[in-house]
Amino acid sequence: MIWRAVQYAILALATLFFLLPVYLVIVTALKEPAAITLESTWQLPKVWYWESFAQAWNAFLPKLQNSFFLTIMGTLLSAMLGSVNGYVLSKWKFPGANIIFPLMLFGMFIPYQAVLIPLFQFIREIGLGGSLWGLILVHVVYGLPITTLIFRNYYAEIPDELVEASRIDGAGFWGIYRNVIFPLSIPGFVVVIIWQFTQIWNEFLFAVTLVSSPANQPITVALAQLAGGEAVKWNLPMAGALLAALPTLLVYVFLGRYFIRGLLAGSVKG
Amino acid sequence: MKWLRNLDSLVAVLTLLPSVILLAIFVYGFIGQTIQTSLTNWGKDPAQALAINPVLQFVGLENYKELFSGFIHGRFRQDLVNNLFFTVFFVGGCLLVGLSLAIILDRGPKGEGFFRTVFLFPMSLSFIVTGTIWRWMLQPAGGVNQLPAAVGLPEGHFAWLTSRQQVLQFDWNHLPLFTAWLIGLILLWIGISALRNAQARRGWIAVGSAALLIGWAIFIGPRVQLLPFPEIHGFNLAFIGIIIAAIWQMSGYTMALYLAGLRGVPEELREAARVDGASEVQLYRHIIFPMLAPITLSAMIILGHISLKIFDLIWAMTGVDNAPTEVPALLMYVTTFRSNKIADGAAIATILLLLVALVIVPYLYSQLKSEVRR
Repeated sequence: MIWRAVQYAILALATLFFLLPVYLVIVTALKEPAAITLESTWQLPKVWYWESFAQAWNAFLPKLQNSFFLTIMGTLLSAMLGSVNGYVLSKWKFPGANIIFPLMLFGMFIPYQAVLIPLFQFIREIGLGGSLWGLILVHVVYGLPITTLIFRNYYAEIPDELVEASRIDGAGFWGIYRNVIFPLSIPGFVVVIIWQFTQIWNEFLFAVTLVSSPANQPITVALAQLAGGEAVKWNLPMAGALLAALPTLLVYVFLGRYFIRGLLAGSVKG
Repeated sequence: MKWLRNLDSLVAVLTLLPSVILLAIFVYGFIGQTIQTSLTNWGKDPAQALAINPVLQFVGLENYKELFSGFIHGRFRQDLVNNLFFTVFFVGGCLLVGLSLAIILDRGPKGEGFFRTVFLFPMSLSFIVTGTIWRWMLQPAGGVNQLPAAVGLPEGHFAWLTSRQQVLQFDWNHLPLFTAWLIGLILLWIGISALRNAQARRGWIAVGSAALLIGWAIFIGPRVQLLPFPEIHGFNLAFIGIIIAAIWQMSGYTMALYLAGLRGVPEELREAARVDGASEVQLYRHIIFPMLAPITLSAMIILGHISLKIFDLIWAMTGVDNAPTEVPALLMYVTTFRSNKIADGAAIATILLLLVALVIVPYLYSQLKSEVRR
């Protein structure tokens, strides 16, 4: 009995710890700028002030569009490449694959600072400096290890007999992919797309280094710059944080199961 | 048929090739270029740093030597210390919170799904969002410090993100000494447990290396001076807030890992232990926790490499130029892209890469080896 009570007490405390920031964000975003003082941080707004959301929406809409464009393009391209790579690595084992695969995986864990200087120069030299396409290219390339890994592990579950049967029916490399592998891939794609969507949407280092012009900034960079400014009232960063968080949060709430699967796949074996 | 099969194999390899080439360039080629840059003097002269075609000189390991023992690079050394303390407290905190929550949830409270959702949702946020929110939570005169006032207590006065106070201080000159003691003792422990398990060769190698290291630490270590002057580094209290925010974001991950592990413990095993008269505490200590050890190791490595790379969270919480809460990942950015000291930035990046590789390479090796065996 006592144990039960302790158990629920801890759960309640933990819930408080995890949800207090959410409460604070919403409350602050809904206060008039003048009503936001340090002493009254936790109080509910006296007047509900929706204007901050309109302001944040106007200020952030172009950045949100950038983020959506970047994230959707990067996600789709890296998912498609990852699917084909995973197919090769799980169903067409060739000598040397056991060396190439870990070398590919290592790219997932490196601190990106270690490639940032040549990358910056490279993107500038091929004429994509400061543009979203440069950033998309970067996200596709550095997304390859994880997408390949997830698809490889996913396709390992598909019985080799299916591939063999299709081959006997006369299908070649692409025929097998189109008729056997791809139609069975939907859950794999869901995991990979959710994972990449979250990662690319939330990414900051590449975005802040490679995209110099404000017009092309994704939302994370814009938010970081807004929150860093001292003159800004906190209602705007809080409303902005909500806007920046919403897409990935919705993905998590509605597709949480797949989100967690991607999360566990990120620790290699899962 | 045989020929067709070979043709298909060729197509397969050709399909993989573009990705392999891209990664070879973007990962290994660029790492090579970074290392090469770190061996030059690019950016030592401000005019040359911004030149289109800078004339670079090879300076060998000079930049590294400067970083670890040069007079002006104390900031880098403090950042390294910051990052090590951050890693210890962040990883420890995530493991503790994650394991506690997983154990409670595993015992099937009402509303388990709700709690799981709540504990995991910060994982879906960007570190920038988390940082922005917690920056507001940790304002010196508001947020968390105001919480006691809500229940009638005096408000707190902790300078969350602005404190300049350091604890756990030590002299940088003693770093090799401490490292030798630490690694020596760990090796000794590994060696003794290997000998107990009758793994003679492994045991004696470990004990031998431990003896060498500890011998060095006793006889030579105390006299080693990296710097011509004492340089005190320690744990900056301003990091406490950042560590709490990071635990808030990532402990759900360890919870998910541990929960998966706990669900994998067969019910019969628990029953058998209970029938044998084991108390719940004994059950966890002697049966369940040992089974969770591999998960703990995985989580430590994944979280450890995240914390060595931590960048955006600190940027969002204390800004890009706040020395007391800086880490090498941030210093690399500032050095390279703000001060244009490109070779120094490349050297910091290389050190960061080495630190991460030290954690990740053995992990990848063991993970993939066990996979092949399966």
